[in-house]
Amino acid sequence: MQKQAIFQSKLLPYALVAPQLAIVLIFFYWPALQAVIQSFLLQDAFGLSTSFVWFDNYIELFRDPAYFESILRTFFFSFAIAVSSLSVALLLAVMADKPLRGSTLYRTLLIWPYAVAPPVVGVLWIFMLHPSLGVISRYLRAAGIDWNPLLDGDQAASLIILAAAWKQISYNFLFFLAGLQAIPKSVLEAAAIDGARPMRRFWTVTFPLLSPTIFFLLVVNIVYAFFDTFGIIDTMTRGGPGKSTETLVYKVYSDGLLGGNLGSSAAQSVILMIMVIVLTGIQFRFVERKVTY
Amino acid sequence: MVEDEGIRRYVAHFILWIGIAIVAFPVYIAIVASTQDNALIANGQMSLLPGGHFFETYYQTIFVGTSGSTREPVGNMMLNSLVMALLIAVGKIAISIISAYAIVYFRFPLRMPIFWIIFITLMLPVEVRIYPTYKIVADLHMLDSYAGLALPLIASATATLLFRQFFMTVPDELLEASRIDGAGPLRFFWDTLLPLSRTNMAALFVILFILGWNQYLWPLLITTRDDMQTIQVGIRKMITTTDALTEWPIVMATAVLAMLPPVFVVVVMQKLFVRGLVETEK
Repeated sequence: MQKQAIFQSKLLPYALVAPQLAIVLIFFYWPALQAVIQSFLLQDAFGLSTSFVWFDNYIELFRDPAYFESILRTFFFSFAIAVSSLSVALLLAVMADKPLRGSTLYRTLLIWPYAVAPPVVGVLWIFMLHPSLGVISRYLRAAGIDWNPLLDGDQAASLIILAAAWKQISYNFLFFLAGLQAIPKSVLEAAAIDGARPMRRFWTVTFPLLSPTIFFLLVVNIVYAFFDTFGIIDTMTRGGPGKSTETLVYKVYSDGLLGGNLGSSAAQSVILMIMVIVLTGIQFRFVERKVTY
Repeated sequence: MVEDEGIRRYVAHFILWIGIAIVAFPVYIAIVASTQDNALIANGQMSLLPGGHFFETYYQTIFVGTSGSTREPVGNMMLNSLVMALLIAVGKIAISIISAYAIVYFRFPLRMPIFWIIFITLMLPVEVRIYPTYKIVADLHMLDSYAGLALPLIASATATLLFRQFFMTVPDELLEASRIDGAGPLRFFWDTLLPLSRTNMAALFVILFILGWNQYLWPLLITTRDDMQTIQVGIRKMITTTDALTEWPIVMATAVLAMLPPVFVVVVMQKLFVRGLVETEK
C-alpha cells in the first residue's frame, strides 16, 4: 500500500528519519552485533586477551545441565503463568461482558494492576507470603503447611508464578473483554433459539470465535513470562533458593554480572534473541494482524 | 437471553467482586503495612487494619528515605523515574512521528531499507542485548545520566509503525488541499497532520509513560549513584539487607508511591489507555 499524494524533496526525508535511525543503529544494531561477535570470543580470566573460539561458548552452554534446566524452567513458568492468568481473566471477562449494572466500574477495578511494575509486584507478594512475617504465611502455617519459599525451591517457583499471573490478569481481561464484545450478539441469539443452554453456547460459539484472541494472548503471555518476570524474580527470590527460580533472562543477567563470563552471557543473549524472533514470527504468521506491510 | 435472569446475574456480580478482591488484596496489605509500626510487622503480628503511622511513615519515605540500606529520599527517586518516563514517552513519539512522516509522504531511494531497519527492532527487547548496550552507554559516558536511562529504551519501532498506519488512513485530498494553499511539507506536517494525530499521540503517550515508569532491568544496570536511582530500583535495594533490618513500613510506602502515578494514569485516562494498549499490540 502506498500513498498517491506525496512530496518531492531530496534531503528532507533523510533529515526526518535521521534521529530515529541514529538511535536505532547506536543502541540497537551495534549492541546486538556486539552480542553476536562476543558469543564467538573467549576472554581470559583477567580480560587481557581474547581469542576467537567459534561455537565453543554455545557448545559449552548446551553441555551445561544448568542451562537446560533453566530453559525447561522458563518454559514451565511461561506455561503455568499463561494458563492460570488466562483462565482467570477469561472467567472474569465473560462475567463482565454480561449486561450488568456497574460494568464500567468493574472494568476499572480490574484493569489497574497492569500499571504495577514487576519489581513492585514482587515486593507485594513476598511481603504477604514472607516465611516469618507474611500475613498469609500465618494461615498456611496454621493449616500445617511448612511454608518457606526462601528455602524451598518448589514453593519459591509457585510464588513467582502466582505473582506473575496476578499481574497479567488485567491485561488478559482487557483483551478478552474486547474480543467478547466483538462477537455479534445475533450469533449467540441464534444458538439460544436453537435451544443451546448458556454453558453450551459458551463452548460451541463464544470460545471458538475467541480463539484468535486466545492465541494472541498466549504468545504475549509467553513473551511476558520470558522477560517481564525479571523484576518479580529479582525482588522476590534473586533466582534462588539454589537456582530454582533462575529463568533464561535472569541467568543472562547473573552470569554476566556476577560471573563476569561475557562470552557465555553473550551466547545466551543470542539464543534468547532467536527464541524471541521465532515467537514473533509465530505471532505474525498465525495471528490476524490489521497492519499492512 | 431468555434464561439470563436473576440468579445468573448475582453469580456474575459475585465472581467479579471476588476477582476484584484478589486483584486488590496485595495492594490493600501494602497500604495497611505502610501505616504500621515496623516492630509489629517484623514480629509477624501485623494487623489487617490500618495503623496510626501514616503521616510519619510517608514523610520519612518521601523526604528522608530509609535509615539503613539506601539513604536516598524516595521523593528524589520518583523525580528520576518521572524524568526517565517523560523522556522515553516524548522522545519516542517525537522521533517516530517524523520518521513515519518521511516514510509515508516521501519517495526516496533508501526508503524501504530504512523502513525495514526500523521495523526489525520491534522484535528484540532490551533484555536480550543488555551487556553490549551497557558497554556502549558506558563508552559514551552516559552511565548515571538521564540520557543513558532513556535513549536505549527509545530505540524501538512500535510508535513508528503506529503512526505509519495512521498516516495511511489520512485522505490524500488533505495534502492536495494544503498544497493548493501553497503549503510545503513541513507546513503540512505541522498544520494538518500533527493536529490530526493528537489522539494517537495521547494514547501512545499514556502507554509509553507507564512502560517507562516501570522500567527495571536497564536502570538497575546503569545507575550506580544513589541519587540517580529510579523508584523501582530503589525499592529493591531497600530489601537487600538481612530481613531483620528491612524497614517494611517504608518499603511498603515506597511500593504504594511507585504504583500511584501509573495507576492514576490508567484509571483517569482509561479511554486513552485502552486505545493505546490495543493499538500498540496490533
